Formats: sequence, structure tokens, C-alpha cells
Amino acid sequence: MENFQSTLGQVNIASIIIFFLFVGITLAITYWAAKKTKTTSEFYAADRSISGFQNGLALAGDYMSAASFLGIAGMVALKGYDGLIYSIGFLVGWPLVMFLIAEPLRNLGKFTFADVVAFRLQQKPVRIASSFGSLMTIVFYLIAQMVGAGALITVLFGLPYEVAVIIVGIVMVSYVLFGGMLATTWVQIIKAILLLGGATILVVMTLSHFDMNPIKLINAAAQKYSAAVLSPGGFVTNPWDAISLGIALILGTAGLPHILMRFFTVPDAKQARKSVFIATGFIGYFYILTFAIGFGAMVLVGQDLISSFDKGGNMAALLLAESVGGNLFIGFIAAVAFATILAVVAGLTLSGASTLSHDLYVNVIKKGKSDEKGEVKVARISTLVIGVLAIVLGLVFKGQNVAFMVGLAFAIAASANFPSLILSILWKKFTTKGAVASIVTGAGLAIILIFLSPTVWVEIFHNPEAIFPLKNPALISMTASFIVGIVVSLISPEPEAQSKFEDEKLRTYLGIGAE
Amino acid sequence: MSVNESKAAEIVNSEKFKKLVSKRVNFSISLTVLMLSVYFGFILVIAFSKELLSVKIGEHLTIGIPIGIGMILFAWILTGVYTQWANKTYDKSVRELRNQILQK
Repeated sequence: MENFQSTLGQVNIASIIIFFLFVGITLAITYWAAKKTKTTSEFYAADRSISGFQNGLALAGDYMSAASFLGIAGMVALKGYDGLIYSIGFLVGWPLVMFLIAEPLRNLGKFTFADVVAFRLQQKPVRIASSFGSLMTIVFYLIAQMVGAGALITVLFGLPYEVAVIIVGIVMVSYVLFGGMLATTWVQIIKAILLLGGATILVVMTLSHFDMNPIKLINAAAQKYSAAVLSPGGFVTNPWDAISLGIALILGTAGLPHILMRFFTVPDAKQARKSVFIATGFIGYFYILTFAIGFGAMVLVGQDLISSFDKGGNMAALLLAESVGGNLFIGFIAAVAFATILAVVAGLTLSGASTLSHDLYVNVIKKGKSDEKGEVKVARISTLVIGVLAIVLGLVFKGQNVAFMVGLAFAIAASANFPSLILSILWKKFTTKGAVASIVTGAGLAIILIFLSPTVWVEIFHNPEAIFPLKNPALISMTASFIVGIVVSLISPEPEAQSKFEDEKLRTYLGIGAE
Repeated sequence: MSVNESKAAEIVNSEKFKKLVSKRVNFSISLTVLMLSVYFGFILVIAFSKELLSVKIGEHLTIGIPIGIGMILFAWILTGVYTQWANKTYDKSVRELRNQILQK
């Protein structure tokens, strides 16, 4: 088994057929959804018709990116236990989404989280600032996804990078442009089922080599390499680094615009709550599977072969699929990885389009006065704008090291979006000036500090020493954002916003007047 | 259904509603603090005494593995605890208050 010849990188007929099947089915769904997508509520929020269970699956589909499937499995395969520590950070944000955000967000908002931040504050400045935080998060996340998609598809299907990026761009724009949130939701649900199903089969096939006993798999890994793979290694060397990354992953999850947007698709707060329970369960299960997949690849494929394909180990899950299931199965898993990218970028695109059209065009330029038809049209134009931007950025950043952009997107979400959102929900004295200052500080510091950090300053610009010591800036940028938001609010009281707070509570906690 | 404005004003200022809101906020924040303490506690153990997680509980199996998977399960169970509480306790009071404010 150890020395099997991998077909990775060659054209795989099975994978192409499965991929076209996925695209065909999802485009058929888009055609169906397009007929039901005429109003703004339908375009942005699937007319609030998604059930809690469906939304839970879609949230999982929106969140489980190809990076977490391939990246975390690869990290486990090469470093063992450290990969598990990393994956836990991605899950812990979900309970916080439930406890602090999901229900108030659903009750207060309409289509975007900026609806909630701006609820009792002055629309124009708050919307502009929130859109800035939102778009920064989306653009950095999107670049990382597009570049990853291009590189991955080149390896999987033997397609040129540029062709891959353009195909991804065109397909995702078709989903969002014609089918709006309804089509996007179903793409995410189908992808979640395929990914969870595919990963489950992969784990079962792997365990069949170990009498279906995970302990035997773990023992085999320890025997083949060393007992060290079962213990924490070098992932947490500097505790401040680990804490800062933890803050970015946890609070960032609670500030990702494309995740927050999904809560407007369910009928009420109760379903919003249920959808987080379902999503957390599926995402947690998925990380446990990737842990088993990583160890399976470590034992059955071997670390040397995995790193010979990709130094970061990204091909571990695919090589394992080929090793236990042959040509057909690697084709299936490769197609699932492709589908995964499509679902994530579609969610990001819809969220970016809603920020451009709902927050900036309608509430800033048109001052809230816009007719339904006009707004849907603007939303569709915005979708095209974001789609073209995604393709162009994907092409511009070809071959660049963009892994840090995911960390940056989470850091901005944690430092700009989360503080303003939570303060507006919980704190009576929060003001317009406080919100704007908090968002600008959080986003600005996150961007500046990451460029001065070891992640960019040393690894990308090849300077000998970093100016800012932490790899992820969230610890500093999030704290600064809260402090600035609170201090500025206290020195610039806004009586009007304060008086609205009590009335707002009926809507926040009882859902009275919720859209 | 329409909102009975005078009733709404009365309820916003009622003890019952204020209690409900503070119960909800306190419960949410307690669970948040619990989740964050458990997670950052885990990270600090790794940072300062990772040999604790390398203790063997089987032939090769370390205690770190069930603890790590336990972290995932714990996060999920907490969302279940909150959902149960909200469905059983919180929603009941919400329904009562809503019925008083909303006129059929």
C-alpha cells in the first residue's frame, strides 16, 4: 500500500462526471429558484422560508471550506495532534454565535448584520463603516478561496489555473444572480451532505483496514512514526500567539457576514437557534472525521508521499481516498472538494452583493427609499460586480501566498464586525460615533498589524524580524476596537439612541415587529 | 395582528419583562464565559504544561485525544443545553408576553 502510484494531477474521468453532475443538478435548482426570486426578501433571504434544520446544514456548508477539509486533514497527517488543536478553534465560535448573536440578529435585522448595528443609530455613517468591515472580510476571504480553488483544481483536474478560476467565478455568479439566496442555500445544503457523506465513507473505508477500531489506527500511527504524533507538538509555542489566533477564530466566526446573513433566511428566532445547534453538531462531527482522515493518511499513505505532493499536506485526504478507494473514489472526493469551493464562494458573493446593494445603495445613497424592483436589480448588478472582482483578484494573486488572508478575514470579522454588533445589541449607551470609531479602529489595526506581523513581514516580505510580534493581530485589534467603541460612546452621548434602546428590547427579546 | 401600543409600553416597563431579559442575558453570558474558559484553559495547558496531555491511557493512546474530541463534544452539548433551556423556559414566557401585546 505504501508505495502506490497516485494518479493525482491527471485527468480523472470519474471526477469530471461527478463534478458535472453536481453543477448540472445545482443549476437545475437555480432555474427552479429563479422563478421564486423576484422580491428583495426572496433574493436576500429566500423569503424566510428555510427551516432550522435546512439552515443548520446550509450554515455547515457555508463554513466547511475546502481549506478546512484538505488543510486540517493535511495538518493532522503531517503533525498529528496539533491539527486537532487547530480545528477546535474553528468550532468554539459556534456556541457564542448561538448565545450572543443568532436570536437578537434574527429579530432586529432584515437582510444584513449592518441592519442590527444601525438599528437605533444614524443610518448613513454606521452603514458606511459596517460595509467597510463587511467588504474587507469578504474580499480577503474570497481571495483566499479563489486562489485556493485555482491551485486545487489545477492539481485535481489538470486544468490551467486561469480556466479554473473563471469556471468557479461563472458558476457561482449563476447561482447567486439568478437563484439568489434560495439557490445558494440549496447549493450549500447539497454540498454539506456530499462533504459529510464523502468524509464518512472515507473514514469507514480507512477504519476497515484497522478492524473498525480507531484505537488501532492511532496505535499504528504511533508505531509507524512516534508517540509524539499523539501529543501536542509545536503548534502552541507562544501562548500569546495561540490566544490571539483563538480570539480571531472564535469571535471572527461570530462576525462573518456570510454566516450572519444566513440567520435571516429562517422564519423566527427559535429556528435561528435550532439552526446553530444543527450546524455545530455537523461541523463538530466533520472535524472529528478530518482527524481520523489525517491519521489514516499518515499511516496508509505515509508522510513522505503526502509532503512530496504538497508541503502543507493539502493532498492528504485525496491521497488517502485513492489509497483506500481507488480511482473512482478519489474522483468523487475531488469533485466534492470542488463543490465545496463553489458553495463557499457563492455564499460570500451573495453577502458581498447584499452589502453593496442593501447597505450602501439603498440605505446610504437612496436614504432608505427604494422600490422593490429597483433594489433587486441593483442587487443583481452588485452580484456581477463581486463576481468579476473575485475572478480578477483570483487571477492577480495567482501563485501568491494568500494563506494569511483567511486569518486576516477572521481577524477583521472579530475586530470590526463582532464588537460593533455585540455592543449595539447589549449596550444602551452605544452611539453612532462609537460604532464608527470601533469599526474603523478594529479593521484598520487588523490590516496594519498583520502586515507588520511575522506572517507577512517575515514570511512574505522576507524581512529578518517582524515589527509586530503576534502572527494574528486579533488580540490587540479586537481589544482596541472595544475600548475605542466604549470610550467614544461615553464622550459623545446620543440621547435619541438611548431612548430607543428600551423599545428595541421588545423586538430583540420577544420578536415583536421582527421582519 | 397588530401591536397594542399602551400594553407594549406597560410590558417594557414591567418587572416580569425586565426579569426575563436579565435572565436571558445572564444565562447567555454565563455559557459564553464557560465556553471561553474551557477553551482558553485547554490552550493554556498546552502552552504551559503540555506533558499533562501526553499521559498515556492505553498502549499508545494519550489522554489528550479524548480531551480534544471532548472539547468538540462539549461545544456542541452547550448549544444543546441552551436550546433546551430556551425552548422550555424562555419561549414560554416570550409567548405569554407576546400574546398580551399582540391583538388578534
